[in-house]
Amino acid sequence: MASKNLKLLINPLNNENPITVQVLGICSALAVTVQVKPALIMALSVTVVTGFSNLIIASLRNTIPPRIRIIVQLVVIAALVIIVDQLLKAYVYDVSKKLSVFVGLIITNCILMGRLEAFAMANKPWESFLDGIGNGFGYGMILVVVSVLRELFGSGSLLGFQLIPQSFYEAGYKDNGMMILPPMALITVGIIIWIQRTKNRKLIEK
Amino acid sequence: MENLFDLFVRNVFIENMIFAYFLGMCSYLAVSKTLKTSVGLGIAVIFVITVTVPVNWLLEKYLLKAGALAWLGPAFANFDLSFLSFLLFIAVIAAIVQLIEMVIEKFSPSLYNALGIFLPLIAVNCAVLGAALFMQEREYGTIAEATVYGFGAGFGWALAIVVLAAIREKIRYSNIPAPLRGLGISFILTGLLAIAFMGFMGIKI
Repeated sequence: MASKNLKLLINPLNNENPITVQVLGICSALAVTVQVKPALIMALSVTVVTGFSNLIIASLRNTIPPRIRIIVQLVVIAALVIIVDQLLKAYVYDVSKKLSVFVGLIITNCILMGRLEAFAMANKPWESFLDGIGNGFGYGMILVVVSVLRELFGSGSLLGFQLIPQSFYEAGYKDNGMMILPPMALITVGIIIWIQRTKNRKLIEK
Repeated sequence: MENLFDLFVRNVFIENMIFAYFLGMCSYLAVSKTLKTSVGLGIAVIFVITVTVPVNWLLEKYLLKAGALAWLGPAFANFDLSFLSFLLFIAVIAAIVQLIEMVIEKFSPSLYNALGIFLPLIAVNCAVLGAALFMQEREYGTIAEATVYGFGAGFGWALAIVVLAAIREKIRYSNIPAPLRGLGISFILTGLLAIAFMGFMGIKI
């Protein structure tokens, strides 16, 4: 794979991370991260939708009249999301229930519109596809990190397996119930941004 | 009536769009830099949600729900079009936003200028679609409930963005660690605000 294409995949993981740098797609990132499993499935769904919507829009980019492009984009995204939603309902019903409205909200996930407008409308299909997948991964990475922290400290388990031994609880260790509540998702992401920008100083806002 | 008031208060303070469900975070973080623009966007969002939720409620009741087509005749009673709801909801929202934009431009140019670019952006604000989907999931019984729910959800969103904008204007002169400036501190502030709002939990009117 050419190095330019590789860059499209790698860049969104750190320097151009959709959540911590581009500030896109935050809503769902916070809401589905109480446990690791829904977060993983959400990350996968978003990656599929970003990849394919970028591919489709990039293939159509020369035929879409610019005045109605937003509606065309929304229709493509909505159709893909409906497919994903039906698949989730068919194969992982319990997770689909847990994600509730947030699967539908992938439609208005700003990552999608953001990448379509900023990248797919001006680039070739294959590059756009890679850009979509890369951004999906960048988004997924933050989701997984946040959900691992929240599930580990909030309920002492990972993917449903008890990780903190029973003897700890007998010795007086308690799960931090705060981690499961919504506010801690915000604060966790805030701290992740802090750590990332300490390491990567050119991202600091003046 | 009491029921409706309870619904309103619950959606503004307890089930707040931002603090409990994190909907509409993107524009929330991007626009809350100054108080004036936040107020403008807040009003626009209240307006759009209050209009779109009842319209989507009608669609849901008479078109999408399982058996909703029964009014067309017994032959249609078995249709279940609910898989189309995402597509229809987003189309309705985009269309209504466009319509509202044109109406405001014609009748109140000053309001139009004040709202500026925010109106078209609202179509992709997840709080608006989110409100429609929550309306669907919670199965509100009457159109009055759906309208009040929409107004409450929009009002809660507007309240949140105005509060954050006011705080961000104040902290401009504080000495925040450089990597935390801007986005990082906004997240943490929102988290702290959310903790404060959790104090309303369990209130019954």
